[in-house]
Amino acid sequence: MAVAEKSTQAETSGAALPPAATGPRVPTVIAEDLHIVYRVNGGARGKGSATAALNRMIRRSADKGVREVHAVKGVSFTAYRGEAIGLIGSNGSGKSTLLKAIAGLIPAERGKVYTNGQPSLLGVNAALMNDLTGERNVILGGLAMGMTREQIRERYEGIVAFSGINEKGDFITLPMRTYSSGMSARLRFSIAAAKDHDVLMIDEALATGDKKFQKRSEGRIRELRKEAGSVFLVSHNNKSIRDTCDRVLWLEHGVLRMDGMTDEVLKAYEKFTGK
Amino acid sequence: MAIDQTGPPSCHLTSSCLRTSGASSHLQSEDESFNVSETTHDGAVAVNSPPSPDDKLSPAELAAKYGLTVSGARPGLRQYVRELWARRHFILAFSQAKLHAQYSQAKLGQVWQVLTPLLNATVFFFIFGVLLGGRGGMENDEYIPFLVTGVFVWTFTQQSVMSGVRAIAGNLGLVRALHFPRASLPISFSLQQLQQLLYSMIVLAVILIGFQHYPSGLWPLIVPVLALQFVFNTGLALIMARLGSKTPDLAQLMPFVLRTWMYASGVMFPLEYMLRKQDIPEWLTDVVAGNPATVYMELMRYALIDGPHHQHIGGHVWLLAVGWAVVVGIGGFVFFWKAEERYGRG
Repeated sequence: MAVAEKSTQAETSGAALPPAATGPRVPTVIAEDLHIVYRVNGGARGKGSATAALNRMIRRSADKGVREVHAVKGVSFTAYRGEAIGLIGSNGSGKSTLLKAIAGLIPAERGKVYTNGQPSLLGVNAALMNDLTGERNVILGGLAMGMTREQIRERYEGIVAFSGINEKGDFITLPMRTYSSGMSARLRFSIAAAKDHDVLMIDEALATGDKKFQKRSEGRIRELRKEAGSVFLVSHNNKSIRDTCDRVLWLEHGVLRMDGMTDEVLKAYEKFTGK
Repeated sequence: MAIDQTGPPSCHLTSSCLRTSGASSHLQSEDESFNVSETTHDGAVAVNSPPSPDDKLSPAELAAKYGLTVSGARPGLRQYVRELWARRHFILAFSQAKLHAQYSQAKLGQVWQVLTPLLNATVFFFIFGVLLGGRGGMENDEYIPFLVTGVFVWTFTQQSVMSGVRAIAGNLGLVRALHFPRASLPISFSLQQLQQLLYSMIVLAVILIGFQHYPSGLWPLIVPVLALQFVFNTGLALIMARLGSKTPDLAQLMPFVLRTWMYASGVMFPLEYMLRKQDIPEWLTDVVAGNPATVYMELMRYALIDGPHHQHIGGHVWLLAVGWAVVVGIGGFVFFWKAEERYGRG
């Protein structure tokens, strides 16, 4: 969108205005006092030995070998149509978990997420198999994202060309385990970005690949943003947040620490991280 | 899910696209405002809009007003079946990919599809056919096909259960990354086992012909038998998938349960003959003989083997086969669907 297209301007003038400043706003995502708790088996404190586990069972201690990780603690916000929202915060602050909860992939412990249509996470990695050729992975990944076979056939050439896998020879017909980490990351991004999305969520996707590919993928994200209702972007790269987002949510320890226009929040965040 | 998302035509950054947010120019249509940037540029001054009436609404009311739905809520059963049907290509592609990936590192590659069940049958032949004398009066030319059929049919059920237990628990990454009806996974895994069995059937056909059991009019019966067993296995895999997602320990426990079930089903010995040898009450014999694994095995042997011990089969066996498939198939599906929104918590 405009911000992205004229990124240099946006950067220098801080043109992003708080969304509140404009007309009738249609909410696309509403999070209401959202809590996410992971339960981890076998993460209990103390020795991990069999005797320790037995001891716990016999003594019927409260934790029963299950530990709870309270990853998101009471986050509320409303996202509106046309917004690009950045999510920032240190590692383990609950950014990715929040995205997955918005996508409805992790059930909420308490609170609710309302969404317009089906939000989709730009992450197809899990569906791909290293033992299969790149070619079959393109098809499998597309199907896993809910594309039809015709759509995949139509876009197949585009996906392969975008990934640049075949630039150094016919690699697409080799198993993915033979790819370098950069190559497989590029292919994964290309597959994921091939689909049109309603509410789109991107988790650190820009960090992959070489400089040239990063440029290309940023361009693709801008395109996706044009087609999508709202975009969420998780990144540790403040520059790419500044280039693409007009609103930023700052999470720390699972708590929403700040929610506002990009410049304001980023300034506070940079101060916080001591940059 | 069909994802032909038809958004409104996007406006490509023409100046008319950028909203000059005067109070009079508020766009009414949702579609029109779809792609309008919330930002203004080049020093344009945005005028604050009057406070929106939405501000007073609670999140739930706001959601209702704009038709937002709870993310990750469980769809109705009908809707669920429809979504699942829409993902049929994924289910098939996933099962084929798993099957293919299974042996892709081995030198012999896909030959193992056939070799693995064959080696299994060989082991059982030496133990039960030669060492323990559990063949119940069958000659080699009848016992070997009997044994191989049993092993292959049993492996189909066993592997479906085992992969069912891990279907959700072992694919949490996938469940947490993408949206699809979760039943796709257990169904996909039992479909993988069905394809594996079809490879085994080629071996079986060769063995049968080698022992002079030539194709007869009964052979086509294997199609309905396999279909029924597949429905039964899928139902069972769905049940195990839900249980296994809550209690991953089942993956450790299941091998023992399955081994008990295997010995109680007469995979490598004629069940009735073995039971009669012991002093076991009649009703218990009937119960054991009515268990689904035995039922599908018996039907398959009846269809394929042309020997004195496999000349006829009671109609009640067919009834049992259909009954097990319907009850476990539908029951398992509903049981799995009931927890649809909770998979992925880990």
